Parts: sequence; C-alpha cells; structure tokens
Amino acid sequence: MDYQTHISVQNLNVHYGNQQVLKNITLNIPDRKITAIIGPSGCGKTTLLKSFNRLIDSVEGVKISGRVLVDDENILDPKTEVTHIRKKMGLLLQKPYPLPMSIYDNVAYGPRIHGIKNKKRLDEIVERFLKKASLWDEVKERINQPASMLSVGQQQRLCLARGLAVEPEIILGDEPTSALDPQSSQRIEQTFVELKQDYTIVIVTHILRQARRMADYVVFLYLGELIEHGPAWDIFNHPKQALTREYIKGLIS
Amino acid sequence: MKVPMSARRVKDIMASKIMLVLTLAAVALIFFMVAGLYFKSRPILASQPLSELFFSSRWRPFRGEFGFLSFIMGTVWVTGVAVLIAVPLCLLTSIYLSEYANSKVREWVKPLIDILAGIPSVVFGVWGMLVVVPFIKDVVAPFAGVFSTGYSILAGGIVLAIMIFPVIIHVSLEIFRAVPQEVREASLAVGATRWQTIKHVVMRKALPGVAAAVVLGISRAFGETMAVLMVVGNVAKIPHSVLDPAYPLPALIANNYGEMMSIPLYDSALMLAALILLLVVLLFNALSKMILIRVQRSIR
Repeated sequence: MDYQTHISVQNLNVHYGNQQVLKNITLNIPDRKITAIIGPSGCGKTTLLKSFNRLIDSVEGVKISGRVLVDDENILDPKTEVTHIRKKMGLLLQKPYPLPMSIYDNVAYGPRIHGIKNKKRLDEIVERFLKKASLWDEVKERINQPASMLSVGQQQRLCLARGLAVEPEIILGDEPTSALDPQSSQRIEQTFVELKQDYTIVIVTHILRQARRMADYVVFLYLGELIEHGPAWDIFNHPKQALTREYIKGLIS
Repeated sequence: MKVPMSARRVKDIMASKIMLVLTLAAVALIFFMVAGLYFKSRPILASQPLSELFFSSRWRPFRGEFGFLSFIMGTVWVTGVAVLIAVPLCLLTSIYLSEYANSKVREWVKPLIDILAGIPSVVFGVWGMLVVVPFIKDVVAPFAGVFSTGYSILAGGIVLAIMIFPVIIHVSLEIFRAVPQEVREASLAVGATRWQTIKHVVMRKALPGVAAAVVLGISRAFGETMAVLMVVGNVAKIPHSVLDPAYPLPALIANNYGEMMSIPLYDSALMLAALILLLVVLLFNALSKMILIRVQRSIR
C-alpha cells in the first residue's frame, strides 16, 4: 500500500521536568487514513497526540525538541503561530467537554472565532457539521438549548461537530470513546470511518479491538519509545518486535 | 458482658460533649445577637413607623426624629464606589493569576494578597488620611472643578476597595482554577486565542462564582467601620456626588454609642442600625455561600 505523509514527526523528544516522556520519535502519519496510537497507559500516547496541536505548550515545565512537520511547516518552531495550526486539527478528548453555551453556539464557536459573522452562513455551517457528526436529526428541534442537556454520547458527537466546523484537515482523538456506552462508541467509530475520506484521523486508544476495527495504520509506543509502526494488517498479523507481539496478545498492559 | 467504663473512655466522652457544647454556643451566638438587638430596638420601632425610620433623612435626636436615610445612603454609596473600583481590578488580577501566571508566581502572589486581609483596618484608615484624602483634596477635586476637604465617599471607597481585594481575588481565583483544563483545551483546539478562551468560555463558566465573590466582598464592605470612618467625613446628609462626605451606618454606631445615651431612644436607634447591618451582612453572606455551593456542584 502506498501512503502519502500528512504529519511527519522527526526526532521528537518531550520532557516533563526531569522525566522524559517521549524518546526520539521519528514517524510519518499517512494522509486520509485512520492512524491508531496504541500502547499501555503512561507510554506517552496522549503526549504525542497533543504535541501535534501544541496543547502540551500549556503543561508546566515541558521541554520539547525535534520537529513535527504538517504540510511542510514545522509546527514546533516557536515562530509558528499556534492558532492557525490548531485550526487545522479538530480535537476529541476522552470525555466530551461541551462549551458552556447552546448546541448551536458550540458548533458556531470556532467559525465565529475565525471571523464569520453572517447569520445565514453560520446556520449553514451548523447544520452541515451537525449532519456530518450524525447528530442533526436528534437536535434540530432544540438547537438553542444548552449543550449540557445532551446525553454524553450526543455531547461527544457535538464536540466532533464543533471541531469539524473550523474545517480542519486532521482529526485528533484522545481515547474518544472511553467515556461512552457501546452504542455511542460504535456511532463515533462509524463516523470516523466515513470521515477518513476527507480527513487524516489520528486516535489514541487503549482498546486493541477498536484499533483492529478502525485503523489503517498503527503506531505502538512503549514507555515513551516508538517500538513499531506500520500498516495495521502487518502490525496485527506479523509484528516484527517481541514487545509488540506480547502487547497484541494482551500479555503486557 | 458489660465492661466497666474506664477512665479514658469517660474522658473521651466528656471531651466530645464539651466540644459539642462550645460549637453549639458559637452558632447560638448569632441568634442571641439578632434577638438581643431586636429586643433593644423595639422602643424605636414602636415610636415611629418603619417608613419614617428608613425613608426619612431627618436626623434630629433631640426632637425624637430618627430618619436613617442619610446613613443608609452613605453606606450604599461608599460600598458601591468600593465595589466599582474593586471588581474590575480583582477580576483582572485573578484572571492573570489563574490563566497566565505560572504556578511559581501564583504560589508567591496568593499569600501576599491574603496578607492584605490581615492588616488592621486602622492602618488602612491612617494610610487613607495621609495619602488618599490629600490626593482627593489637591488633585481630584480641583480637576473636577469642585471644592472638597478630601474627606469623602471617594476616599472611603478607595480605602474600602483595597480592603476587599483579598476576599474577591481569593474566591474568584479559586473559581477560575476549578474550571476544568479540558474546557480551555476544547476552545484552544479550534484555534481560539487565550484571551478569546477566557472571554467566551472561562468567564462564562465562572460567572456565577465570580458573582458570589463580589457579593462576599460587598458584605465585607458593608460592615467595615474603622478605616471608612476615618476618611469619609461623617456628615449626616444624603450625598449627591462621590466627592461629598457621607456618614455610613457603622460609623454612626461607633461614633455615638456611649456618648449620646442621655437622649431618649438614641441607644435604641443605634441598636436598630446595628440590627440592620447585621441582617444585611448575614443575608449577603448566606447568598454568596449558596451560590458558591451550587457553582462548585455544577462546574465540573
């Protein structure tokens, strides 16, 4: 299979204080595929994900070196303007965190931040992305109610719509189904599979079955080191490293 | 089998009972104070209608006229000015400490601000007389084109504002810190700047809590006596501008209790003033506590 690279990580090192969380990671993430970052908890999965949109900037005492290229721009360069990088990437967290406002305003939040004021255009955007996150039919009657009234599963899809509304190229998910019931998880997974035609998707997951179901490409981290990465089929069926084999068999967790 | 009570068991039971009684006594004190003040203010309440007491500004104790309006307005003006000055400054300070400062700065500045709360109020009063009052007399009043001795509502408001800084900053900082980091991340992740995130998300989430902090500040300001009394002028007239002097309720009580007791009904009138103050402060405190409890439940 041929992959085009979308995110290129080169010699990425991340320290929190004296502790090194990511050790010299070099890796290419393919365009318009679902990449799953797997590994036991504490292995640096979330840190790797958050260095893509530089949310680790706000962690105190963090030191980063190396390069992360997105569309040939080094996003770790201190001169890079961080809001335009983040605009390129939608983010889904472990638990849905709707903003303290209505369903409509949640989706319109990003576009408004980036200067769209026209009510008609905003209406259009809200509808389009709520549909894309397959939430529209459930909420179209009560679009002006507070987002906190939705169920957790609906909230997570709302957060997806909110991220999509700024028209990113990449979707980042940090264990995006871990707080959801099986049915809601399935809906999110389905939506992701539909979305990968237009977006590069990177998810962190500790659920191996989820990675098997969704992923085209798999990255396996262990204690901050990149052990193995490659097409999902290869990793799951012919892992080259002993550690990967053990993890996939469920021997280490 | 019944075990005979050992001496240490008896001691344990006694200790817990004594502490219970002491705790109850502290709680009961408030009720006794309210009841006592009410009892003492009954003569004045019986002598004239409430409307006369609260909405008349005629204060002629020798003729038996006790209209509290000037004093109530004095308290309201001074408190209002203090809150107007304190709220924006405190909000910006706590936003800076919560959202921009790193934890080292925060851990240094927080106790320093809390120390402000421990400075005796008479010290603030002296500072007000030496610095604020002359400043208003020589700079602010001429600039506004009026004459003022400097002893004014503005002076009282400025001194009072500084005295309520710690409580407002402390409480609102706590509220801002209670807003989950992930909510900020959700906003940052769509490309919002930090300021946009604060304005649209953090502030909105924290608003009820900040309101509670302000109410707590108001109740503190309402009852503050010494520092205000020293700089506010103490003239029993309804004020018309912030450069007028005023005579807040606590100052009325502190200046006159024990002095004018030979005048009939005077002590009863002062007790009524004290009762009003106590009830207003209790009400505001309870209100802010209620909001805070609800906020803490809903914010996470």
